[in-house]
Amino acid sequence: MLLKYLTGKNEDIPAGSSAIFFGFSSIFWFVVGTGLGSFNAAKLAFPDFVTGTELFAFGHMRQVHVLAVIVGWISMAFAMTMMYMTPALGNTKLWSEKLGLWTGMMWNIGLSTALLSLWIGITSGREYSDFAWPLDLVILLGVITPLCVNVIMTIAHRRTQGIYITNWFFGSCTFMVGIVLLVGNSPEYFHLTGLSEAYLTWWNAHNLLGLWITPVAAAIAYYTIPKLTGNPLYSHRIGHMHFWSIIVFYSTPASHHIMSSPIPEWLKSFASVEGVLILIPAVAFVANILLTMKGKWTLFVENIETKFSMTGVLLAIPLNMQGGFQQTRSINWYIHGTGWIVAHAHLALLGMSTFLEIAAVYFGLQQMLKRKVYSLALANIHYWFVLIGFCIYWISMTIAGLIQGAGKIYEVPYIDVVIAEHPYMIARWVGGTMVFTGNLVWLFNMWMTARAGTVLPEGRYAHELAYER
Amino acid sequence: MAFKEYRLGSAMVGGSLGLSMIITIFLPSFDLRSAVSTKVALEKQLSAGFDVGFGYADPLLLGINRPITVVLEADPKTGAKFDPPVTAYVYQSGVPMPPNVRHPNDLGKGVQDLSEGLGQIGGVSGSNHSVGQKEGVVFTIGLGEFDGEEVSYIENATATRGWVPEATLAAAGDKNTFKISQGKTEFVVQGCWWCHTLLPEQTQDWQVFGAPPYLGDFNGENPTAFGSDRKAPDLLHVGTRNSSREWMLLHFFNPRLVQVNSIMPRFDYLWGEKDAQGNVIDYDKWRAEYLEYASGKRVYPPEVPDYAPDSEIRALIDWVLSLK
Repeated sequence: MLLKYLTGKNEDIPAGSSAIFFGFSSIFWFVVGTGLGSFNAAKLAFPDFVTGTELFAFGHMRQVHVLAVIVGWISMAFAMTMMYMTPALGNTKLWSEKLGLWTGMMWNIGLSTALLSLWIGITSGREYSDFAWPLDLVILLGVITPLCVNVIMTIAHRRTQGIYITNWFFGSCTFMVGIVLLVGNSPEYFHLTGLSEAYLTWWNAHNLLGLWITPVAAAIAYYTIPKLTGNPLYSHRIGHMHFWSIIVFYSTPASHHIMSSPIPEWLKSFASVEGVLILIPAVAFVANILLTMKGKWTLFVENIETKFSMTGVLLAIPLNMQGGFQQTRSINWYIHGTGWIVAHAHLALLGMSTFLEIAAVYFGLQQMLKRKVYSLALANIHYWFVLIGFCIYWISMTIAGLIQGAGKIYEVPYIDVVIAEHPYMIARWVGGTMVFTGNLVWLFNMWMTARAGTVLPEGRYAHELAYER
Repeated sequence: MAFKEYRLGSAMVGGSLGLSMIITIFLPSFDLRSAVSTKVALEKQLSAGFDVGFGYADPLLLGINRPITVVLEADPKTGAKFDPPVTAYVYQSGVPMPPNVRHPNDLGKGVQDLSEGLGQIGGVSGSNHSVGQKEGVVFTIGLGEFDGEEVSYIENATATRGWVPEATLAAAGDKNTFKISQGKTEFVVQGCWWCHTLLPEQTQDWQVFGAPPYLGDFNGENPTAFGSDRKAPDLLHVGTRNSSREWMLLHFFNPRLVQVNSIMPRFDYLWGEKDAQGNVIDYDKWRAEYLEYASGKRVYPPEVPDYAPDSEIRALIDWVLSLK
């Protein structure tokens, strides 16, 4: 059927096809990515677990986990939400379902190729842009560009007067992430060396998070929360403050990632100050969503999509408090390069961002498949496994990071730090494995939804119907 | 649709992102480009070569087409003895020239002038670098004076002293040959840098891991691979803390032979199929015997095989020990 649509006429493809394709692809990559994460964590806890083969060595798999989750799960879930939210908010159809399906196809093929090549060791040696640059260009031109064209053309063909805040984010973030990838990979194709290379590596990494992962996740919440609660967004104007302050403040503090390297001091100070200013969009976003929930907090318990969404929003509070302050010089010198940062990165990607996307994928898949989620019980198992697994991971890595930081400044022999961290490495593996298990349940649940979920009556939303299992 | 908010909006998005990129990329580029290469930077880039990550000359990162570092005790041409020995960087035919021989203006003031003047790198630089690449070049690091200060510079020893790659390699012999470029590629490919950083921090931990690097220590290095997630000791100066090849041998084969609490993976697979004597390495037997040792049934662990001269582990150890 996919093949028929890919070669058929755009008009013949049912609305929502590309959203469904992206939705299931993203869940698949989430299972792969968290499975790899769990495997890697096991190797950190028990170094002789699967030993002596090059392909299954930690150093060959760590970056595959990171990029499978970022490019596979998170970004494909973003594409999925764009495929159904953008037209819905413009009261129109997706500009081209066919282009959407082709984007999804290219995405899966390109990402599989890139991850396989990375796995066997073909790498640029630059964190978060590890793929060899021809593959980076494939992703930029074959995936991000068509996605951007589709989203912006859908917004341009909208049948509403204004543009809702979610679409402001979608349109500009897909454009900006393309610029970030283009410029951020320039050390590879222009062969820039030395500190310029190091700095641009982190400029790229920072802006992938700042102009893609966190703002798009927040944009999703601006859609799902009003939709699920029936309350209008508390303030569209505060939403715009969030949007503009993200672009102005979040695109600048890249150098706080290499605070301890000999880059210019003025750049470090600038990044430090701009980094604290990230609190402005952060507080605007969280406050706006919490105020939108007014009077509807029962849904946080009763409705699975709201439960995921609000957990993501609440996790944005510690995320931004950490993010705003941990990059100031007075804190950064203690925690830089420790497990604290790993915990923080998982708080952003597995905590805030992932929970918001899970909610949007649940919501969108039910809507596009026109079926109610198969089982609430399984969805709740998914929720608690991911949340508890994440919390175990986050807390244990934060503690491990503080131990490492203390070891660093008190000049403790490194091996004693490794010994002290061992229990937390085991806890990290337990947490990661719980997340992986929860996602397997989710994949099964969504598969059963597509096959056996109750069909929605015409014109009804899935969350308006009672759960049956 | 009288008020075209999206027109103004699009312009503002472009404007803010452009301004942000001017501040965070364009302005710092003046500071970063003004960095003058230190001797450390010259050593690093001459031993590592054009690229240790993905590149045209070695797309599969197998460690081919790499410069080789040799320590010469005598002049390969005249036979005159050197005291102290001289380090030379041998670029055989087909090996891409080092980055700043291609682009000498990245060397920084003084270093560029001396490298192009006394060092005679002009013949292989710029658009002519394919000449050097075709015939092969031997580089050394010279010491000269610029504006009253001592400055290290790149010297094209093929031009200044008539050293050719094959004769230089033969004069050094295998004992004094170091595959540092291939070794750094192993560091990148095997993911050592996911745990071992190459950046003692400017705050406290340089007291344990050695001096933090200077601004000019990185010119020509690609990738820098600082690492961000430290789960193991920093390696930037590891060669001065521990210069024992034998310790490295045991530690890479199975880290728990020398440090029972280590969480480092075993890198025994880098030994390849045969050891230094050409015998096939029986990994299964070794692991079985090691398990017996670990569970207390053996007094001594099994013997770690000596690596073959063309094994990957040799290159990796060469590189690690070069980190002074």
